[in-house]
Amino acid sequence: MNRLVVPAGLLLLVVVMLVALGVGAVSIPVGDVWRAVLGEGETQVVSIVRDLRGPRVLLAALVGAGLAMSGAALQGTLRNPLAEPYLLGVSGGAAVGAVVALTVGLGSATVVTLAAFGGAAVATGVVALLARIAGGRAEPRLLLMAGVVVGAFANAVILVALADAPPDRIRGALWWMMGSTADATWPAVARTAMALLLFGGILVVRARELDVLSLGEEPAVALGADVDRAARTVFLVASWLAASTVAAVGLIGFVGLVVPNLARALGAHRHRALLVVSAVYGGTLLVAADVAARSVRAPVELPLGAVTALVGVPFFLARLRRLA
Amino acid sequence: MSAAASFGRAAGGASSAGTPPSLRFESVALTYPRAATPALRGVTVHAAPGCVTAVVGPNGSGKSTLVRALLRRVALSAGEIRVGDVALPALAAREFARAVAVVPQREEVQMPLPVREFVALGRHVHLGAFTPLGAHDLATIEQSLDRAGMVHLADRRTDTLSGGEWQRVRIARALAQEAPVLVLDEPTTFLDIAHEMAVFELLDALAAEGRTVLLVSHQLNLVARFASHIVLLHAGEVAASGTANEVMRGDVLERVYEWPLVVTRDPAVGAPALLPLRGGSRGRRG
Repeated sequence: MNRLVVPAGLLLLVVVMLVALGVGAVSIPVGDVWRAVLGEGETQVVSIVRDLRGPRVLLAALVGAGLAMSGAALQGTLRNPLAEPYLLGVSGGAAVGAVVALTVGLGSATVVTLAAFGGAAVATGVVALLARIAGGRAEPRLLLMAGVVVGAFANAVILVALADAPPDRIRGALWWMMGSTADATWPAVARTAMALLLFGGILVVRARELDVLSLGEEPAVALGADVDRAARTVFLVASWLAASTVAAVGLIGFVGLVVPNLARALGAHRHRALLVVSAVYGGTLLVAADVAARSVRAPVELPLGAVTALVGVPFFLARLRRLA
Repeated sequence: MSAAASFGRAAGGASSAGTPPSLRFESVALTYPRAATPALRGVTVHAAPGCVTAVVGPNGSGKSTLVRALLRRVALSAGEIRVGDVALPALAAREFARAVAVVPQREEVQMPLPVREFVALGRHVHLGAFTPLGAHDLATIEQSLDRAGMVHLADRRTDTLSGGEWQRVRIARALAQEAPVLVLDEPTTFLDIAHEMAVFELLDALAAEGRTVLLVSHQLNLVARFASHIVLLHAGEVAASGTANEVMRGDVLERVYEWPLVVTRDPAVGAPALLPLRGGSRGRRG
């Protein structure tokens, strides 16, 4: 891998974030954005940049990084370059957990996040179980099919649970199913950052295990991996990483699919590099997607998940064709 | 557990002193889940240090199941597998990989790597999660590439290799593990004559250096020349076990392979050689 891939990605991330802070109903030049970040300039501009757009842009970057890392880890364990938390139904399970917690009146952000972890864990188990029933063993392709079915079921549950939700108290079904950073808050940023540090950190620590898991069960054992345990751990940690993003912004698909494949194209093959590069470029991609969601049909705001799907589905099809 | 730990250290590298351990399958029996008949019935294979031991037999005779059992992907219903004095279940995952390097029959290339990085994975059994490759690791990687004849392809990606190159790069990775025991499942599939001979010569040299080499192979005639001990499997049981002269007998091989054949003697090297006859399907038993 070229040494410049990560520094260039970080530079790109900073530039895209500065642009994102300037774009909106009130357009702010990049120079003023930078000064506002430092707390200088007109108080109104400082307030827009720091209080309104700051958490939103930062949350998009964290969520993009988390989803991309989760996708990279899932692709490695499942030995499938099309795996990602959304297509595996893991994100859907997390959303169901969060929505169920909300509809029974447990509205605190911590409880909602924990419920999302629970939902993701259940979805992970169901997906693995379905694939096992269908294929005898956890065959990667079957796992994806099981994931799509679980995801569809999750969407149905969200629609049913939120059919009569009061729009002023609970976010609607569309928010959960199509994702949005519109109501980002600093506490949400903090929660997502902690999850990214914890779960992303675990994945980075286990990156060498991911390297051998991606070769298949028998080679992984031959290279000293405790395969069943390692695969379970990585699957669960990657799911929780995705779940923490779901609790913050709802369902956003295809970031976890597109970015790790892009990172491999940039030369990041070993999982430690792959995870780091995915995080940097995943953050960049989602901030850019959020800018697009806000500006393409302004003043109407597009759902963020719809923007990522519009980019991700053609990519998925192209990648699928190369596999077949 | 302490026995296993001390074993792990003793077997940790080819450089450490002491005799390499043997690999022993003792009366191993197992049945796959939902299978009607057992895949292995009382199979005993002893691979001693310093020589090449070969397991041969027709398709479905249980050769690869032995390797799968060694990799703990299928549970034994009877018998045991021992690495030296240590029973397999007592070895932790990494201890096992430091003692025994396995080249499984199949492997996926969905997540390709540059060849040198792929071979470097063999060093991870000796390294912590963040330990960088040291001078010895780097030297071992180059040496392993060299012995497998892969130096010129070290910068290629694994998904661009031919079938034969892919086999050799996997052998290089196993060599990089520096394990005293080496197990290879059909390592010469897809290899042409020159590369196949090179692999057999390499295994012979590794055994001569004192390693324990267990080879699963279809190549009876080559096995007859290189292996000092041959185990012939048939329908999950040992049909014959011994030296090439003891195992390569026309009546035994004809019964096991269900095909008429003659066993001659290789005029150049004197080893027994199998020659399948034409028109066998007419004479084949139902």
